[in-house]
Amino acid sequence: MKHVLAVLVEDKPGVLVRVAGLFARRGFNIESLAVGRTQDPGISRMTIEVEADERTLEQVEKQLHKLINVLKISNLTVEPSVHRELLLIKVKATAATRAEIQHIVETFRAKVVDVALNSLIIEVTGNEEKLQAIQLLLAPYGILEVVRTGKIALLRGAKTTKNGEEQKNGKNVL
Amino acid sequence: MKMTGAEMIVAALQAEEVDVIFGYPGGKVLNLYDAFYDSSIQHYLSRHEQGAIHAADGYARVTGKAGVVFTTSGPGATNLVTGLANAYMDSVPLVVFTGQVATTLIGTDAFQEADIFGITQPVTKHNYLVTDVNELPRIIKEAFYLAKTGRPGPVLIDLPTDVQVAAGEFKYPSTVNIPGYNPTLDGHPVQINRAAQAIAQAEKPVIYAGGGVVISGAQQLLLELAEKANIPVTTTLMGLGGFPGTHPLSLGMLGMHGTYYANMAVHESDLIIAVGARFDDRVTGKLSHFARTAKIIHIDIDPAEIGKNVSVDIPIVGDVTRVLTSLVQKVKGKTHEAWLEKIAQWRRQAPLTYVQAEDAEVLPQYVIESIYQVTEGEALIATEVGQHQMWAAQYYLFKKPRAFISSGGLGTMGYGFPASLGVQIGAPGQTVFCIAGDGSFQMNLQELATAVAYQLPVKVAIINNHYLGMVRQWQEMFYGGRYASVDLQQSPDFVKLAEAFGAVGLRVQKPREVVPAIEKALATPGPVVIDFHVRAEENVFPMVPPNSGISEMVRGNEA
Ligand SMILES: Cc1ncc(C[n+]2csc(CCOP(=O)(O)OP(=O)(O)O)c2C)c(N)n1
Ligand SMILES: [Mg+2]
Repeated sequence: MKHVLAVLVEDKPGVLVRVAGLFARRGFNIESLAVGRTQDPGISRMTIEVEADERTLEQVEKQLHKLINVLKISNLTVEPSVHRELLLIKVKATAATRAEIQHIVETFRAKVVDVALNSLIIEVTGNEEKLQAIQLLLAPYGILEVVRTGKIALLRGAKTTKNGEEQKNGKNVL
Repeated sequence: MKMTGAEMIVAALQAEEVDVIFGYPGGKVLNLYDAFYDSSIQHYLSRHEQGAIHAADGYARVTGKAGVVFTTSGPGATNLVTGLANAYMDSVPLVVFTGQVATTLIGTDAFQEADIFGITQPVTKHNYLVTDVNELPRIIKEAFYLAKTGRPGPVLIDLPTDVQVAAGEFKYPSTVNIPGYNPTLDGHPVQINRAAQAIAQAEKPVIYAGGGVVISGAQQLLLELAEKANIPVTTTLMGLGGFPGTHPLSLGMLGMHGTYYANMAVHESDLIIAVGARFDDRVTGKLSHFARTAKIIHIDIDPAEIGKNVSVDIPIVGDVTRVLTSLVQKVKGKTHEAWLEKIAQWRRQAPLTYVQAEDAEVLPQYVIESIYQVTEGEALIATEVGQHQMWAAQYYLFKKPRAFISSGGLGTMGYGFPASLGVQIGAPGQTVFCIAGDGSFQMNLQELATAVAYQLPVKVAIINNHYLGMVRQWQEMFYGGRYASVDLQQSPDFVKLAEAFGAVGLRVQKPREVVPAIEKALATPGPVVIDFHVRAEENVFPMVPPNSGISEMVRGNEA
């Protein structure tokens, strides 16, 4: 099963390598990874999508906790949360197909962000299924290039995954 | 107070009460060594950086303090990798300082530049590359704290030359603030109650004690627990001495070369109480076959060890000493007569034995047992890796913790001899033996020069079977006797070798020479090498063959 983990880390040199290296070394599979700053100075957030069964997931979380620069780990798959990814697609477009493509773009509430003689760049955000669907529909026109950001996610409602008081290492005790 | 980076390190090590350093100088630590020139901290110069780090590791294991290592950049630092991995696997506290090229040169393939920060990430508990001298006091404070607390381990600090000479304000912090590091020390009371209940209900309990007992200093509590509820105790290689090997409840070591009775007890147990151990594959054998009828209580300070290899019924994360302190109070007295009688039967059926004939070749087991007897079980024993290591574990009964110093997790040949020097430095005045193989000893024998230079009276017992014996045993048992690249006939004359280094060398070829040689070595001041020529094709038994359950032992000699 795929799990989305929000991992708060200290913004220190080498921290990305430590996390990525841990996954590689212990044979865990990263499906996608997105990193960025948070509202707290000095703290970055990694959103890691990992394919793992229950037992492996437990190891992933525990091993991540052992990294000194890791502050907090939350599994956003087990709670209601909003998952998004940004996709840019460069697709072939001729005078004849441009209108059809525009129609698809509108249906998906996507945006055309670059127009050239023979191509368009389309920007779309959404969850996995939406991104797959638009890519599928655009395929017949000729996709030239695709780039994705990797998934990011937030819990729904007022609850946050902010770095709190909670002691992290003892979490899996019971 | 204003100080250079190098001076800060002197001051910080003094604040940490470090009194010995193991190291080897070079171009990128000239400033560091210069700052230490007038310091009262004793520096031991090894003959190879690997020797320095293993010595620091031995020192740390025997004293419980952090071992401190200095080396230069590039090759000096890469020579540490095995030592770091070794200490990491066995949870040994080390603080390692490596020189680095100047920050302005990092990333340019400068002379003797190696990315030691990157290289050592997987084999350290944590590591630092210092780029600002003002951060140095905090980093050193954190390094010692991380190395020694929680599950201990090696921490490395990489020091560019310009940071060593830069001046900054020195104030050594009295506390640390590491938000991502909060080891759980106290066991959860609910879990401890559940464990006490499970112990009350068990009819065939076994305590499986690992290195965590030794590290935590919980031997007395473990003894209380075992005696209070009459629970037999088996230990891992790392746990030897965590429970007295001479105690009637001791089953000796379990696992691949564990005793028949320890493995059978675990196999038939209804409750395994794992204390500071990690269910290594050398212990469990084939996992699907391991302790199928037992409930498992697992006490460990590292939550990641719990549930990693086996499913656990009652996990307790915490420091072994603290957890056992509460558990012992809650456990009620029991006798377990039937269970202990069953174990006694197994013990009678397959004791650890060998038969040393008067006029035959010397048996390695006899050498170990003789060392045990002559030293009355009081020596500190460092071992190399191989058959001799297993015989040492089987035939030397350790009464106290921190007396058996051996590379468990990584199985590093070349560890034992340099480690024994660190052990002797950490325990001056005590008898230290290094039980070595003829192969392993040759991996770091240059440290004989270190032993002689500092007159460290370590007695090296080479169990010379003229083979890479452990590998030969596997080839004999599992590869149809095809002895591929294990022949060590072409070894140096170890007696002359010792003499060349300025040490004393003795040779033993007959059983009746064994005890006198050990006595002579003990009576000789300074380092002594005894070359025990032993039966070449002797095997270590019992043995759990690879991919077998631990009850499926080959009992060898007596089977
Ligand atoms: C550095 C290293 N290289 C290789 C091995 C694999 N290995 C394990 S035991 C062994 C043989 C050790 O020979 P020796 O030191 O003579 O001990 P013996 O088994 O003969 O007692 C070897 C090669 C190892 N453990 N460590
Ligand atoms: Mg040998």
